[in-house]
Amino acid sequence: MSKFTEGVRTLTGGRGISQYSMIIALVVIIVLFDIITGGLTLDPTNVINMVQQYSYILILAIGMVMLIIAGHIDLSVGSVAAFVGIVVAQSMAVWHFPPALAMLLGLVTGALVGAWQGFWVAFVRVPAFIVTLAGMLIFRGLNQVIGSSTAVPTPDSYNWIGNGFLPDFGPDFGYSNPTLILGLIVLVALIWSEIRGRRKRIRMHAGVAPMWVTVVKIVILGGVTVFATYLFSTGRVGTSFPVVGIIAGVLILIYTFVTSNTVFGRHIYALGGNSSAAVLSGVKSRRVNFLLMVNMSVLAAVAGMVFIGNAQASGPFDGTNWELDAIAAVFVGGAAIFGGIGTVPGSIIGAFVMAFLSNGLSLMGIDSSWVSVIRGLVLVAAVAFDVYNKTQGRPSFIGFLFKGSGRKKPTTTEEAIEAQPQGIDKPLGDKVDERLPLS
Amino acid sequence: MANAPILEMREITKRFPGVLALSDVSMTVTRGEIHAICGENGAGKSTLMKVLSGVYPYGTYEGEIIFEGDEVRFSNTKQSENAGIAIIHQELALIPELSITENLFLGNEPGRFGVIDWDYAQSRAAELLDLVGLKEDPDTQIKTLGVGKQQLIEIAKALHKDVKLLILDEPTAALNESESQHLLDLIAGFKKSGMTSIMISHKLNEIEQIADSITIIRDGRTVETLNVATDGVNEDRIIRGMVGRSLENRFPDRTPRIGEKFFEVRDWTVQHPLDPDRLVCKNENFFVRRGEVVGFAGLMGAGRTELAMSVFGRSYGTYLGGTIHKDGREIKVANVHDAISNGIGYVSEDRKVLGLNLLDSIKRATVSAGLGKISSGGVVDALQEYAVAEDYRKRLRIKANSVEDGVGKLSGGNQQKVVLAKWMFTDPDVLILDEPTRGIDVGAKYEIYTIINELAAQGKGVVLISSELPELLGMSDRIYTIFEGQITNVLSAEEANPESLMVSMTSTRKTGPAA
Ligand SMILES: Nc1ncnc2c1ncn2[C@@H]1O[C@H](COP(=O)(O)OP(=O)(O)OP(=O)(O)O)[C@@H](O)[C@H]1O
Ligand SMILES: [Mg+2]
Repeated sequence: MSKFTEGVRTLTGGRGISQYSMIIALVVIIVLFDIITGGLTLDPTNVINMVQQYSYILILAIGMVMLIIAGHIDLSVGSVAAFVGIVVAQSMAVWHFPPALAMLLGLVTGALVGAWQGFWVAFVRVPAFIVTLAGMLIFRGLNQVIGSSTAVPTPDSYNWIGNGFLPDFGPDFGYSNPTLILGLIVLVALIWSEIRGRRKRIRMHAGVAPMWVTVVKIVILGGVTVFATYLFSTGRVGTSFPVVGIIAGVLILIYTFVTSNTVFGRHIYALGGNSSAAVLSGVKSRRVNFLLMVNMSVLAAVAGMVFIGNAQASGPFDGTNWELDAIAAVFVGGAAIFGGIGTVPGSIIGAFVMAFLSNGLSLMGIDSSWVSVIRGLVLVAAVAFDVYNKTQGRPSFIGFLFKGSGRKKPTTTEEAIEAQPQGIDKPLGDKVDERLPLS
Repeated sequence: MANAPILEMREITKRFPGVLALSDVSMTVTRGEIHAICGENGAGKSTLMKVLSGVYPYGTYEGEIIFEGDEVRFSNTKQSENAGIAIIHQELALIPELSITENLFLGNEPGRFGVIDWDYAQSRAAELLDLVGLKEDPDTQIKTLGVGKQQLIEIAKALHKDVKLLILDEPTAALNESESQHLLDLIAGFKKSGMTSIMISHKLNEIEQIADSITIIRDGRTVETLNVATDGVNEDRIIRGMVGRSLENRFPDRTPRIGEKFFEVRDWTVQHPLDPDRLVCKNENFFVRRGEVVGFAGLMGAGRTELAMSVFGRSYGTYLGGTIHKDGREIKVANVHDAISNGIGYVSEDRKVLGLNLLDSIKRATVSAGLGKISSGGVVDALQEYAVAEDYRKRLRIKANSVEDGVGKLSGGNQQKVVLAKWMFTDPDVLILDEPTRGIDVGAKYEIYTIINELAAQGKGVVLISSELPELLGMSDRIYTIFEGQITNVLSAEEANPESLMVSMTSTRKTGPAA
């Protein structure tokens, strides 16, 4: 294989080309909609709105991808978010909890819900699909019981977490200062981590990507950061980077780290890849599964709390179909249905794809029913494309874009082989699991 | 007797990203013969057979294949099957939940318009089972059968079609001697009826016994083709071809320095996981001394794996009673985590199902059971991880481009080495090895034996479960025999020989509990 393809592989994080193609797809979607809507898509106001409106998908996608990697799923996230939302809203409206205490109550409620579902999944071994299908009904019902099927408004002091912005300060340059500072911090952190990563690989004597790869990566990511900073700092007066954006951003960073750099993260992948082998390597599967379920419900609680802040009320139909948004984001982001494969950043990109799609289509004035149809089609198409490419051994999206510019089909077995053993060998792993006692 | 060749493979070259798996390999197979392919792990044997059978379709390799006088260009396995080439892969591919009949006709269901003709299937299944000499009810579920029988079913499945060329990739790797012998007899029988076979095996004695000619592959290149009748082939001759030098001994020299008894299992009683009326172990006792290699001999299904796994953190069956003692103290080993932290390691016999996550890279797999050693505060140190994996890759000579390669792509033998690396890295005091050399070439076997000896020399205890008696006899200081879940006898290295072992492996406990 040429140096160049090696370089491209490293650019994509060594996990094949799929994640990279998702980024390209995202850029294409954004640019396309921006052109069609005459610049509305990338209008600062719209982008800020989107962050506030769709951050729940980002937050849920984080927990969902972890569950899906481990071979589970959670259908109850929308109902749990709505349930926590009503508990939080009621606590402030009826018991006059201060917002901070209400949020704490929300997180605890989320954890308890997660513990309930986690108990069934991890200890009784009821499939998560069933447990959370039940949870979907239970917590939707409880939301409506507690709120008497009506909307409960939330106070302004609370709503800040959903619709607030970083407070402005300092001299007025015509840009929002906190956003500029945030942008700068992100930019510096990015360059620093890139260089550090490079150093590390050199010290390991591991295959170090050519310098141009690092430079290209920094230029692209840096460019995106600068552009985003520009967008967020030039919105309407009084706006800057939304608080929910910070919440989502911090969660993404933390969980990216957890999934890729910690023992717990390894255990998640191990369980999803081959649960019997994982158990025989000392992974405490019950504990990991339990924690994953708790984690998901806590994240659903966060999503629910952010959402009611933005909506300024908790209602009986909050969170409807959220599970589908989150699951779609995860699969568009390259996760595998049989577990073991997926990443947090990939799912975030998937979430962006789904969000920009909805937003762009509705900006175009397309009826919401059709938006739903189109989103469904995109989900199938995206995953089918991924699967097809893996089995056919073609480079995915990117190869498609540059089709004809050189490579013929037989040379590109890389991804085919990468994908090959996975699907084939998996089922057996699960079969044997039955022989192993819980651990 | 100068038969026309049934198959010619000419200058086959097959590349994987970063790996040249086959380079100009040529091979000629005479009609009606049994043709063996030998070579070290990762030499390219399985790849060559996958090229031949269309697993890697025409166009993904270079070179030509002439079968029955015509050039063939298979784009999938269906086409090669229709041409009369059947392959039985290194890894069994039966579906454990389905019955024998269902498995036999999977993908080839007899019947019309999608409706399966079960009557025909049943009678044909009986015929096929008869052909391979298997007396089983065709309705039996696959998962209730041992590996040996499953292997026969794979063959029966292949025979359903009109087979001219039968390819067997390490068919006896998981079988014990009598099962292997049955299989070899079967192949010899097929030869009498005119079928040609290609067989890959690391068991050189079998090859010597049954092959008419032998093609030796080294590092993706053909080294030579030997004619058994005229070239005076024996095992040493084959080994020389495979590794390029002769191997003086099959087992490395060792002066055992055996210390005190430090690991002991007492009154171990375990219930079958599905059938509460059945005990898989009943008051079993065994111990290991420091620096000792303890063998466990038994027939397939005797319960050695079950015993080992249940000791290893109760990973098999339901624990009913018994204690484990280490260094004079009773230790609590309620799960695998406890076992590992108490210095017990278990290398499973089934690397694909129980040993590895095939989605992992070599690096991730190597550290997967010992993450605690390279992490602090729950965060994995990537530098150390790499260093550790790289160290084991070199020490065990794992054939791969880098430790970032996926384990799913490695050849079978190299996967086995990764599993070994994984457990060596946990630095156990007692390492249980369950069929550690299954599917491993002679050179690598020697390396693994050397590793076992090193572990013993460090004062660790090694438990070696093996179905190959020569291996047990060559390596162990003491051998326990197991029959139907019971330890029937224990023999010292001096007392043990194939006959004495065989007697204890096939009869119930005569004396009291072995000590
Ligand atoms: N799908 C794949 N992708 C990349 N490399 C591969 C793939 N399959 C095999 N290889 C590589 O090709 C080489 C030959 O592998 P092959 O499985 O043919 O070996 P083998 O001779 O059958 O070994 P063993 O005796 O261990 O089964 C090995 O280096 C292996 O790592
Ligand atoms: Mg092989």
